[in-house]
Amino acid sequence: MISHQFPVLIVVTPLILSFFVNVVGWWDKRYCVPIVFVALSVSLFSAIGALEAVIKHGGPIHYHLGNWQPPWGIEYVIDYLNTPILVAIAFISILVLIFSQRSIEKELPESKIPQFYTLFLLNVTGLLGITVTGDAFNLYVLLEIASFSAYAIIGIGERGADFSAFRYVIFGTIGACAYLLGVGYLYIVTGSLNMADLHHLLPKLYYSRAVLVGMAFFLVGVGIKMGIFPFHTWMPDAYTYAPSTVSALLAPLFTKVGAYVMIRLLFTIFEPSFSIKLYPVAEILGWIAAAGIVFACVMALAQSDLKRMFCYLIVGEMGYILIGIASANRLGLTGAILHIINDMFMMACLFTVAGAIMYKTGDRNIYRFRYLHRKMPITLGVFVVGALSVVGVPPMCGFFSKWYLILGTIEAKKWILLGVLLASSLVNAILFFRVIENAYLEPRGEHAFAHDGGHPSISLDEVPWSMLIPMLMIAAGIILLGIFSGVIIKHIIQFAVPASF
Amino acid sequence: MLEQIVSRYNYWIYIILILIGFYGMMAKNNLLKKLIGMNIFQWALILYYVSIGAKKGGTVPILSEEAGSPFEHLKAIQCVNPLPHVLMLTAIVVGVATTGIALALLIIIYRRYGTLEEDEIIEELRR
Repeated sequence: MISHQFPVLIVVTPLILSFFVNVVGWWDKRYCVPIVFVALSVSLFSAIGALEAVIKHGGPIHYHLGNWQPPWGIEYVIDYLNTPILVAIAFISILVLIFSQRSIEKELPESKIPQFYTLFLLNVTGLLGITVTGDAFNLYVLLEIASFSAYAIIGIGERGADFSAFRYVIFGTIGACAYLLGVGYLYIVTGSLNMADLHHLLPKLYYSRAVLVGMAFFLVGVGIKMGIFPFHTWMPDAYTYAPSTVSALLAPLFTKVGAYVMIRLLFTIFEPSFSIKLYPVAEILGWIAAAGIVFACVMALAQSDLKRMFCYLIVGEMGYILIGIASANRLGLTGAILHIINDMFMMACLFTVAGAIMYKTGDRNIYRFRYLHRKMPITLGVFVVGALSVVGVPPMCGFFSKWYLILGTIEAKKWILLGVLLASSLVNAILFFRVIENAYLEPRGEHAFAHDGGHPSISLDEVPWSMLIPMLMIAAGIILLGIFSGVIIKHIIQFAVPASF
Repeated sequence: MLEQIVSRYNYWIYIILILIGFYGMMAKNNLLKKLIGMNIFQWALILYYVSIGAKKGGTVPILSEEAGSPFEHLKAIQCVNPLPHVLMLTAIVVGVATTGIALALLIIIYRRYGTLEEDEIIEELRR
């Protein structure tokens, strides 16, 4: 039965085909995109199959690689928490792949195309693997696969990308090593690497200092990879100078997968009784999140580069997810998990729009966007959908996750976090209306008319359909996720929240 | 106090090495020196993992039921723990790959800016 093999097919298909992309690319570059498309489609199909199997089975499904029994062998686990994230990763990466074709043609030399798609596929492999694995050390290996391809793929960007990629290598390695140290400390006290096994073994050892140190290393490592506030310094540079497709792939997916690992760590490896009651881990994360959101808002307001502004927005969005974790109740965590999925779509939307504007105008400075709505009306329409979703306007998905986060902070009586959430939404509104104002409103009055010679002759000049369709699908996804968020919560996410809440 | 340090010297060595590596990564201005710091950091971790698997007088963990084999009546307590060592094989590969990527990036940086000093590159980028 092929359906039993879904958990492993999600990862193995793109991993094997990524080598073929490189080999076939030497021979003929035109076959690269179809191969990547096939690999990601198999992943998407398997992920949807896995989701269906989990809902039918009503609980986690374990897959033992090579039939080695855990805790000795590596196991892949699919459950309510990771299957929706797997589906979202596979879906968005397919859309970004379709989007990438024309954008990459313009931004990269032709000889680099096979290597680019190899790295693209390897990166998605790593991200899917991180999400599906149930083994702490296997997670490290897959994290490094995803990180290496990210370093290399960012390095091929414009001037400045090489230096920021090198800084990302340094920071990323510190993060990965900190994670590995955490695994080592837990291994010393338990002798196990399997997450479910650690979950059973650790409660007896919660007062051991080694466990606490291990936890601290874990938090630092995952925090660097997900780019939360004090560890975010690598992110704005790396994602700004990367090719537009690369930031459209990495920015929505990588940081959010980090957030997923954080939730796995706090509530699957450790129990809520450790990470909330015994030590105030969630409390500390909440304060870090609040500081991060304030910082991100201020920094985002100061940027004139569209992509860099979005990068600081991600730092803020990571703070939102941490706030959901810090509220430490069912509502907050529901909001956090929902926000991981929603934010993937919102950031994919914003970064593809930035890529489309780069493709047509070669410029990202928001003060030079004048008359853009005449030139690219559909692109800007998609941008407005994404912007309203980030601000939190009801039919879009961003509203619903933020709503749950706000309810969570109210229930936890964390008023400062509530205030930060609400205030940052207002700042987001200012941020986006600044862009919308520059792109939509035209200068009026005699002065402007005299300057432009009566009527500016700017004609419709939209990006090609292969870029428009993925953008429109992401925008549709944002609205549909919003409309059906009740269904998603009722059938999937409410079971993903640990039962002790 | 001193006895504790001596009896757990492997941990102290790894902590000192990690701090040297960290200092190299954070404080050095030359990117190649940063990379060397990063390598020391990674190898310190590998030494740490290898040391936790080792055992005084431990032997190789081979299971054999063949009569007359030197491993015939081997008990688990007599063997070193092979798992951390195997994990580190993967981590060594990871470390080599990181170094490779970082060196490739350094070559590009040197070709573009003609220097590997961080402050000079930042100045060049601001221009």
